[in-house]
Amino acid sequence: MTDVKSYLREWAMPHVLCPGCAHGIVLRSFLVAVDDLQLDQNKVALVAGIGCSSRLVGYADFCTLHGTHGRAPAFATGLKLARPELSVVVVTGDGDGLAIGGNHLIHAARRNIDITVILLNNSIYGMTGGQVAPTTPPGAFASTAPGGNTEASFDACKLLIGAGASFVARVLAATPIEMTKLMADGMSHRGFSFIEVISDCPEYFGRYNKAGGGAAMLTGLTLRDEGVAVPLASKRFVNHVPSSAPPPGITTGVLHREDRPVFVGVRKAVDDES
Amino acid sequence: MNRTELIQGNEACALAAVAAGCRFFGGYPITPSTGIAEQMVRLLPDAGGVFVQMEDEIASMAAVIGASLAGSKAMTATSGPGFSLMQEHIGYAVMAEVPCVIVNVMRGGPSTGRPTAPSQGDVMQARWGTHGDHPAVVLAPSSVGEVYELTVRAFNLAERFRTPVIVLYDEIIGHTRESVVLPGSVDVVDRIKPDVEPEQFWPKAPAANGVPPMPAFGDGYRFHVTGLTHDQRGFPTEDSALTGALMTRLNNKVDDHVDEIVQVERFMLDDADVAIFAYGIVGRSAREAVQRARTMGIKAGMIRPLTLWPFPDVQVAAVAEQVDAMIVAEMNLGQLIGEVQRASGGRTEIVGHLRADGEPITPSQLLTELTDRNEAAR
Ligand code: SF4
Repeated sequence: MTDVKSYLREWAMPHVLCPGCAHGIVLRSFLVAVDDLQLDQNKVALVAGIGCSSRLVGYADFCTLHGTHGRAPAFATGLKLARPELSVVVVTGDGDGLAIGGNHLIHAARRNIDITVILLNNSIYGMTGGQVAPTTPPGAFASTAPGGNTEASFDACKLLIGAGASFVARVLAATPIEMTKLMADGMSHRGFSFIEVISDCPEYFGRYNKAGGGAAMLTGLTLRDEGVAVPLASKRFVNHVPSSAPPPGITTGVLHREDRPVFVGVRKAVDDES
Repeated sequence: MNRTELIQGNEACALAAVAAGCRFFGGYPITPSTGIAEQMVRLLPDAGGVFVQMEDEIASMAAVIGASLAGSKAMTATSGPGFSLMQEHIGYAVMAEVPCVIVNVMRGGPSTGRPTAPSQGDVMQARWGTHGDHPAVVLAPSSVGEVYELTVRAFNLAERFRTPVIVLYDEIIGHTRESVVLPGSVDVVDRIKPDVEPEQFWPKAPAANGVPPMPAFGDGYRFHVTGLTHDQRGFPTEDSALTGALMTRLNNKVDDHVDEIVQVERFMLDDADVAIFAYGIVGRSAREAVQRARTMGIKAGMIRPLTLWPFPDVQVAAVAEQVDAMIVAEMNLGQLIGEVQRASGGRTEIVGHLRADGEPITPSQLLTELTDRNEAAR
């Protein structure tokens, strides 16, 4: 098992995450991917927005930029264009990346700038106390949806494929080995890579929706029907919500990959080293 | 070698930025500032820099901050509504101490207002537009030549104090063509890099002048940058003593250096008994009015701040001490007049000549102000 301690700021502990939150597993999986790729620790930059997932970057011993709510892809764009040799990875959440920051995310994907975005989707706003998110399944409860969510939700991967991301993958926080592999693939990909991690929030989503604690929610994530995990809307989280139509399944793995020109900004042409 | 060119204010701004070492521009089209972006996209590649048109002004400022953290001198330019959108990240740049330059070519507001009309309506927004207590450094050129000089100065101040610097001029200066002598080279200030080993480096430990040394991402120093209140390690804290210390230092690093930052022009003030306080484009009308008034025997003068923020308290107080009246001329409904009153402390009569109808304040209007007072005094 890879020792990730050398990639952690132990002096910054204890961390802010709740017991049972899967975000820590996501951070570990990412650090293992960095180790697998043998990236120069001094040349990795993590960029985050605001929210529980975004707080992860503070504990990782790289150059870390904890920016503003939703704007991480825009900060990352400036960083990458000004210093292309950096491996730039955005860590964001579903509220951060898909609500307030949706515009920045789709434009970064459209440009196909060579950065990686890891979006931790737990279907709710955790840090602010459990409000409805653009990913909250219809019917699920949140502090601002006490009668059940009446909005439709985003499929982040479909959105990003539509926006032009050249690598799109989805993985469950319950499958860390697969997560590490997909993160390494995403970071190795030339162009904009997007990895949606289906994470959990036992503290709010779990409590409001009687989905159990962290362990129960994670175990539920691994339930699969013929290779398709169906965690999010149906089997565990909101199985008490009456619904006439069966909720959509969650497909994992690499959902899209293409080779297309990488955006480097308007600059003098340089010899392509790759 | 110096060369003389007939250029617009927005062109002078771009040329000055590149001369000052700017190597990154992120922006979004908006009238009347767009000419700056259109120049930067042509100038930057040959200078070894990079240009990007972002998806909005929020993203433009974010990209500028990212580029600056990567070690580039970085700038954006905007107007009116775009300046409103940038406020979030101007605050971030203050808090995280990221040097950068924001040019706001003022147009009529509020809201979409009058995109092609001049205004000085953003003077208070430049000071207080972002939330929370914070320092502000804002420069106000009044000619194309001064746009060049003050844009260079903006970069130097931003680097020296690790803070965003705003260059504020209006639509007229942005679009007017004037003959300008462009210097062969300019004095350039670069941010101080740390002289300790990475293991010893604390990103927010200030040097003697209150400004922490700043490495770039990728230089071998691994550090955290946040908009949350933080300690000297750059890590979030909720400790009230550390919060207070950070807030004090952020403000003091500017306040303790006002003498270095503040510039004013004193024009025919030595024996004046009436003064016009004007800045930016209005300063030119004021100068003309003062000259004409002098030919009529009126002892008029002008005080023109080139630095709007920090406000030139001492310089304004000195004029207030001397003159019987100070006419504050602004293309807004009264923004800096309150500051003039505060700095004057009741030592002179303050009169406003204010207009916000999209028209410039003319020399004749200010001359009438001076002659009417003179008549009344007789
Ligand atoms: S609030 Fe939810 S997402 Fe945030 S740390 Fe707690 S469990 Fe995790």
